Amino acid sequence: MQNNLILLSIIRLILLVFAQVLIFNHLNFYGYINPLVYVLFFYWYPIRENKSLFILLSFILGLFIDIFSDTTALHAMAAITVAFSRPLLMRFCFGVNFEFQGFTYKNTTKVQRATFLLLLILIQHIVYFSFEILSFSHLLLILKKILFTAIVTFLFSILLSSLFATDQDI
Amino acid sequence: MQRIINFILNNRNTFLYVVLLVFSLGITIKSHSYHQSRYFNSTKWISGTIYGISHGITNYFNLKEENKRLVEENQQLREQVLNAPKEYLTDSTLNFEIVPAQIIKNMFASPRNYITLDKGEKHGIKQDMGVITPLGILGIVENTSNGFTVVQSILNTKSNINAKIKNTNYFGSLVWNAKDYHIVQLIDIPRSVPLVTGDTITTGAMSSIFPENIPIGTIKSFELGQNQSTYTIDVTLFNDMANVKNVYVIKNKARKEIIDLQKAVEDAK
Repeated sequence: MQNNLILLSIIRLILLVFAQVLIFNHLNFYGYINPLVYVLFFYWYPIRENKSLFILLSFILGLFIDIFSDTTALHAMAAITVAFSRPLLMRFCFGVNFEFQGFTYKNTTKVQRATFLLLLILIQHIVYFSFEILSFSHLLLILKKILFTAIVTFLFSILLSSLFATDQDI
Repeated sequence: MQRIINFILNNRNTFLYVVLLVFSLGITIKSHSYHQSRYFNSTKWISGTIYGISHGITNYFNLKEENKRLVEENQQLREQVLNAPKEYLTDSTLNFEIVPAQIIKNMFASPRNYITLDKGEKHGIKQDMGVITPLGILGIVENTSNGFTVVQSILNTKSNINAKIKNTNYFGSLVWNAKDYHIVQLIDIPRSVPLVTGDTITTGAMSSIFPENIPIGTIKSFELGQNQSTYTIDVTLFNDMANVKNVYVIKNKARKEIIDLQKAVEDAK
């Protein structure tokens, strides 16, 4: 069972890398909006699986996307930060419930799940776009990119997650 | 000792995170000021091959449009050849060689844009060669592997190319402020230069990467910079950077000689 879950995560990782680099990196809405949909990996990863493995897998996911899109290690940085802060966000969104053995996304409300996803997206975008430019003179540009890309990523993530969710996720 | 090891084991996730973060930060910040990392770029076999396959499929959708563009360029070149004096084309004057290539990955939404081409070292492409399109300049080769090339686009905050106002000898540096992918900035043009909106900007003679007089764009607007002594000029690019397919990599045969000579002069000081 455990191995199955990890295998499933690795297959998702590969598919998300392809979706990101072959489709979503080339959307360019309004010339600059490219949703970072690989955030779904952090949303889908099993709750009680090995956390070190989770950080390592996130790093690999980010680094692969970086190699494809020539962004050195920006995606890797955003990915590990999201992975590292995920338990905190879960406690924040789902309360103490998530510590219990039988906890699944089934026991949570839609609003809780949406908040959780939104927070993951915000952290990812803040890290990615701040380090992408790394200059205070572009602060307005960074904020603009974070805001609009995050909105589009959120919409696409909701769409994709409802399309490809398995029973245990919902 | 036991307690230190226990401490590390108990906080292994935090340690793992910090180690990976420092690693990523290191290579990212380094590539902001120096060349892009040699190891993490899309010339690698896996990314190149996958982009190649994807390009092979999507290529067919704009064959017609691309064909029309190439015929137009051919017509222009034919006219130039027919109207040029005969002795103009002897082998001894051919200083530049051209390697044609196709773009398999284009990007223009990031502040540091890189473009991947389907040709590499085995076709004779090396670092620091210029890349142009039928309409204007595209960028400079940054990294190569056996079969693929990554080009640092002119839409890159690291890019800095010598450019001048056509038919004059006033030259400055072409840079990009990361805001609009249609517009780049020409800086360091002295205040005394008479500027007119719509004038053409071309590459200058100060670099051994591009030949002189390759078109870049036209002046959109200009204003005095903060120091009140030089202009900052907004240049509208001739190229639509979002829609380029066929490009030419320029090999300057004299480049090595120029660089060796410059180095000899530096060393002699």
